Amino acid sequence: MRNIKKLLSVKNILVSFIVLILIWQLIYTVGGFNKALFPSPYDAVSALKKLFFEDSVLTDIGASMSRFAIGYISSVICAVFLGLILGRLKNIFQYINPVIQLLRPISPMAWLPFIVLWFGIGDVPAVVIIFIAAFFPVLLSTVSAVGKIDPIYMKVSKSFGIKQPQLIWKIILPAAFPQIANSIHLALGTAWVFLVAGEMVGSQSGLGYLIIDSRNNLRADTLMAVIIIIGLIGLMLDAVLGLLEKQILKTWGEN
Amino acid sequence: MYIEIQNAGKKFIQDGTEFTALENVSLSIEKGEFICLLGPSGCGKSTLLNAIAGFEPVTEGSVKIDGKEVKEPSVRNVTIFQNYGLLPWRSVLKNVELGLESKKIPKDERKKIAEKYIDLVGLSDFRNSPPRQLSGGMQQRVAIARTLAVDPDIIFMDEPFGALDAITRIKLQDDIRKISRDEKKTIIFVTHDIEKAVYLADRIVVMTPNPGKIKSVVSVPIHGYRDRTSGNFIHVRNKIFEIFNMKYEPDIEYII
Repeated sequence: MRNIKKLLSVKNILVSFIVLILIWQLIYTVGGFNKALFPSPYDAVSALKKLFFEDSVLTDIGASMSRFAIGYISSVICAVFLGLILGRLKNIFQYINPVIQLLRPISPMAWLPFIVLWFGIGDVPAVVIIFIAAFFPVLLSTVSAVGKIDPIYMKVSKSFGIKQPQLIWKIILPAAFPQIANSIHLALGTAWVFLVAGEMVGSQSGLGYLIIDSRNNLRADTLMAVIIIIGLIGLMLDAVLGLLEKQILKTWGEN
Repeated sequence: MYIEIQNAGKKFIQDGTEFTALENVSLSIEKGEFICLLGPSGCGKSTLLNAIAGFEPVTEGSVKIDGKEVKEPSVRNVTIFQNYGLLPWRSVLKNVELGLESKKIPKDERKKIAEKYIDLVGLSDFRNSPPRQLSGGMQQRVAIARTLAVDPDIIFMDEPFGALDAITRIKLQDDIRKISRDEKKTIIFVTHDIEKAVYLADRIVVMTPNPGKIKSVVSVPIHGYRDRTSGNFIHVRNKIFEIFNMKYEPDIEYII
């Protein structure tokens, strides 16, 4: 956690971005590329301005964010809930695990044709893609976190007569939570990556759609501007969840 | 008799071979007695405790509390562990309230009871602190308060002071003795420390390993304050040394 904080210190951020923009400008000046193929930083910033002040990009950001929120939050809730149950039912999990291991390495994008066929174009494909992207990592790490709970907590619960369903909410979830929180944080990045991918194919709005739209209109400057927006929002979401996770670990901290 | 153990035995299958952790143990314990299960590691003292507490019932013979066969942990009895078992995500107060929550006691009543016992163990100033901010000795006192709060009939203690430094340990032993006298609880205490056993127990159950069984039961006929340097104290301690064949007998080669 301390490393992230260091990394995010203002000076480091400024220096790294200034250097990035200088290199970008240098390549543009020296390379002499066609504007339609490689925009300059100035072109990108102008396009960014135009996106915000003329093209109402905020609507697209809003569309993307709400899809992301629905897909990600529902996925995390389902995965944690299922993980808590499967983590306790070792015998059943032994039979489910092979299927999960088979499904896990399949890119969520591979399901897209089916998803579009079944649900059509709109909000659903992106939501489903995000759901799949976040689901397996959170599920598996919840199951493993439940398995690693200190057996003393179970003995204490038995000793004080704490039974299901209280056992899950009072003991198992909080005891496993630090490890689960970490996977929820990691899944955020993965899910954000797949939001854009999902919207590129399945939607008529959102940041992913803007990427395809810019390509179709041969607007390299807009394309670059949208890429920057995607990166900045991803960074912001990660920072917010990173802070949350830090806070949780602090309050949860063991002896 | 309150607790009645008859010909109890416990066998485990470990890596395909049978292992006898406890063999032919018979013991009767009266209500309000302070019993120490004493012996080296592997003598089955923790196994016996777990069997009486119901965590791992015996495979042979019977263990009865108040005439009822022990098959699972009962809320009437509480175990205190060596590593405290406090929930790090709950404050001291919430930890002490834990056992009361399953008893359908109203919220403010719960708080009142918890505060009373936190007071009893002298941790009122820390009631809202998370356990991690407390020293080991204080954490174990929280565990003791949490146990007393549910007003159990029997308190099981599995090496509860094993992880503490000597001075804290002696202080807590005094607390436990006081509590056992004032609250009149039946206490079963596992330890490998002979001094501790003599200091605390009404009766000491001396156990030996391979397989785990009871070698003998020693009464400690000292009432009231126990002075670790008194003749009575040393007499009982020596008796236990003798049972373990650890008493030093000088090799006398010649006598003038």
